[in-house]
Amino acid sequence: MTPKFKAQAGTFESSDIMVLIEPVAEGSGRQVDISSTVMLQFEEDLKVCINQVLDVMEIENVHLIAKDKGALTPTIKARVETAVKRSLGIQEGTL
Amino acid sequence: MAKKKRRSMLYIPGNNPAMIQQAGVYGCDAVLLDLEDAVALNQKDAARILVRSMLETVNFYDTEVCVRVNNLQTPFGLADLEEIVPMQPDNIRFPKTESVQDVKDFMKEVRRIEKKHGITDPKMTIHVMIETAKGVANVYDIAACEPRVDAITIGGQDLTADMGIVKTPDGAGIDYARKRIVMAGKANNLDVLDTVFADINDEEGLKEETEYIKKLGFAGKALINPRQVDPVHEVFNPSENEIRKAYRVYSEFYKNTKAGIGVFAIDGKMIDAPVVQRAITILEYANIDIKDIEKSLD
Repeated sequence: MTPKFKAQAGTFESSDIMVLIEPVAEGSGRQVDISSTVMLQFEEDLKVCINQVLDVMEIENVHLIAKDKGALTPTIKARVETAVKRSLGIQEGTL
Repeated sequence: MAKKKRRSMLYIPGNNPAMIQQAGVYGCDAVLLDLEDAVALNQKDAARILVRSMLETVNFYDTEVCVRVNNLQTPFGLADLEEIVPMQPDNIRFPKTESVQDVKDFMKEVRRIEKKHGITDPKMTIHVMIETAKGVANVYDIAACEPRVDAITIGGQDLTADMGIVKTPDGAGIDYARKRIVMAGKANNLDVLDTVFADINDEEGLKEETEYIKKLGFAGKALINPRQVDPVHEVFNPSENEIRKAYRVYSEFYKNTKAGIGVFAIDGKMIDAPVVQRAITILEYANIDIKDIEKSLD
């Protein structure tokens, strides 16, 4: 699946992560840009976690920007999932 | 096994990861992850995904976990159930319950989702929340209509709004509702939980209100800040004197029962089954197992 809209999820609060998604052309692949307050310690974990969600959701072409404020794995996964669903326009039960 | 205490039930906004991940360390008996009023309308999707993800991973230790979903009449209720029911938290709280039909409709969806996910022996219970005048009027039928309901709770803020009155510190406007809901709950062996005390800086006011609702028969109170946990527990925890008295009552009861005596007296006061039951409740709140008392007397 390929994101259709710009979308974001999360906040800049401590223990949260802001995830922004930009649609890109078919065949462009994934570009994941991460900045984090714990970059030195957890950059690789963040990448793995974000890519796991993108894999499960079968997102191959996307530009994802993540601004992390020390979020735990369940929060990272939830925010990426929310942003992707919003960008696909498949999110139900919200206004 | 002693009945689980529900002295304190702390509301945690469903879209706040920092608070959810720490929910197990606040010291409250239960946390209530809120997808309803504590979440902005345009963040409902984010909150339900976050709560589901947290339920998968976070250790809440021995804190009971309840999730308040949105009412099925809103655009969010069904989507909340689809995410949360498969996770089987300890309980789901159903807000703005007004009738038996509301509970039936809600349970129909819960059971459908459980069946879809192969959950054949669900342990999750339901808390119904009474927040409208119509709900108060129908509360006896609501309390009796579904065996998976194990607690009933009053939502004071919404109830006063529905009644068109202002919630005053003395709680006069919701006093009848509190008493009616307690009776409906007690008649059906349900825990009855009180509404929030909104002023987090007024500890004395919180204690006064907690003293009052304890006298009415409430099992506990909803809280909006971790600072409210200790004052509420202080009120619900029995005093040393009460514990000593309860210990004596139960010890004498046990000894007399073994001797084949049903009713007896302590210091000239008759001790019968209701007094013994009250003593057992106090001992439970003090974390004293009556089996240990029995063993010490055998």
